[in-house]
Amino acid sequence: MIWINQILQGLLLGGYYALLASGLSFMFGVLRIINLAHGSLAVVSAYLLFVLADRFDLHPLLGLIAVVPLMALAGWVLHRLVLERSARAGALVPILATFGLAIVMDNVLFEGFGADTRSLAPYIDTLGYGSWTLPGDISVGYLSVLTFAVAVALLGGLHLLLRHSALGRRIRAAAEDPDTAQLVGVDARSVHAIATAIAMMTVAVAGAFLAMRSTFDPYTGPQQLIFAFEAVVIGGAGSLWGTLLGGIVLGVAQSVGAQINPQGFLIAGHAVFLGVLLARLYVAGGIVRWIRSLRAHAA
Amino acid sequence: MKTGHGVVSRAVVDRWTSASRLAAAGVIAMQVLLTFGPFVLSANLVDRLTTLFIYGILALMWNALAGYAGLVSVGHQAFFGLGAYAAVRLADAGLGAYPSLLVGALLVALVALPISSFMLRLRAGEFAIGMWVVAELAHLLVNLDTLVQGETGTSLIALQRFAADDRRAYTYWAALAAMAALAWIVFFVLRSRLGAAAQAIRDNEEAAASIGVRVFASKRLIFVLSAFGCAAAGALWVATSITFQPKTYFSVQWSAYMIFMVLVGGIGTYEGPIIGAVLFFAIEAMFGATGVAYLVGLGTTAMLFALLLPRGLWGEVERRTGWRLLPIGHRLRE
Repeated sequence: MIWINQILQGLLLGGYYALLASGLSFMFGVLRIINLAHGSLAVVSAYLLFVLADRFDLHPLLGLIAVVPLMALAGWVLHRLVLERSARAGALVPILATFGLAIVMDNVLFEGFGADTRSLAPYIDTLGYGSWTLPGDISVGYLSVLTFAVAVALLGGLHLLLRHSALGRRIRAAAEDPDTAQLVGVDARSVHAIATAIAMMTVAVAGAFLAMRSTFDPYTGPQQLIFAFEAVVIGGAGSLWGTLLGGIVLGVAQSVGAQINPQGFLIAGHAVFLGVLLARLYVAGGIVRWIRSLRAHAA
Repeated sequence: MKTGHGVVSRAVVDRWTSASRLAAAGVIAMQVLLTFGPFVLSANLVDRLTTLFIYGILALMWNALAGYAGLVSVGHQAFFGLGAYAAVRLADAGLGAYPSLLVGALLVALVALPISSFMLRLRAGEFAIGMWVVAELAHLLVNLDTLVQGETGTSLIALQRFAADDRRAYTYWAALAAMAALAWIVFFVLRSRLGAAAQAIRDNEEAAASIGVRVFASKRLIFVLSAFGCAAAGALWVATSITFQPKTYFSVQWSAYMIFMVLVGGIGTYEGPIIGAVLFFAIEAMFGATGVAYLVGLGTTAMLFALLLPRGLWGEVERRTGWRLLPIGHRLRE
């Protein structure tokens, strides 16, 4: 029973990772950029919500009404000032520039807020600690279920946006071939900036759930980036639904790992990530070769 | 295009120029002079120079990887930490403290070999963060060793057998020797076929592969070399500071330092990272005590260089003057 519980909790945890990773996955799929400041930006929005809750007594979910547009604006500026310029300079420069940005943001947060750990849990009443009890004494937290639902809704929304809207068509066209898109009247520059803004809106939501479900401090960002990245890669880089699957695999692995050994939470997550990479490189190649050899025999 | 028979091309391919011969002689003279450091310099200065040499190693290694093989890693603290850990472990097992530094670094290079076989299949940003995951995992696994005592850490007790002054001098020489040796290894590797291959890969991997460059083997050699160098740097760091706390050694800050030194000095130039290391060393001496503001400054500077001056300081000097002090390429002269 304890294993079923761990797996269920891991699955729900995976919802959080998918939510966190959705923006990273979107940006990688559309702009081919891995934003190393992704985790730190989520922590920035967590602090913004914290300030709103602490000073103005605003519920974090209401606070999002202010923080989401703010982060969208930040995303647009980020693209115009940093990503666009660095992407022109080659594939390596965005990595360096966003890594530098992450370090700057983490340390500025430390200057402003100090080393104290914070949490939004005290501001959300029963949502933070309430739970349903399932048969077999398995308890399922309200917040975990909400997180999972929001992750699915967000990934679904991004999918619909990309596949079935005029903006989505422009984004996909600009992702496929910016120059040709430009020829048929798509302003690739502004489309990319809008895509970054959309990604930052998801980051704002992820930051809210990060802060409601756990504690955070100025240096929480890099760890969140690593989790998000692992979810994206496990699920197959650039695929939105793959990201949900990747998040779940990561969450279940961590949850089961924690049951085996107190240190196992993080180790199991990293190990599954590397295992998936290894499997993709060798087993997948092997299977393809095997199928080819079968075909060759048949022919 | 047709050229008349009368026009004989007088282009000459040069490697060494008189300026670069002079520069190389200067470097060797400097290295010989530095050997006498512990006899003439104050204890404090000897310690500081040791730190500078370690920074020099880190910058050289990260530049060989990013500037020549086109592999940006934000996880090379994995090898830095493992090098320190291996030294502590070997010394605990009874190997002498100084041999442990070298053997430890060699063992880490051995570990880097299987890591390279799948990490190198990742592209650009995926490789960068993938290496970071490797560093995190290495940190967690090292913490499992009871000798390390978790985040409390341990120390390189074997070093206590030496008198403080001897220890200072030995560590200084070890760091100087490691830096000089690695610098010359990088110099000759980059001048060899392999160096040309690596740069071809950096500039265009598909094109390089299509003309028969052994892409994977070249990348792998530079990756393992960089792992060895960073491990040696970590081992030397534990020899200067004695204590080994996993958290400090596996910190992503080391990557930030490496990136700063290489970007500011000039990525993909041979002289750049050395200049970057000296600058970083000076900046740390001046502002290191300000803590957080110092890190904000480093991050901002690295970002501005990446965006506005991607060639770095030395790259700009090269572009404007055509100087090549330590020649790793060829030049065409009429």
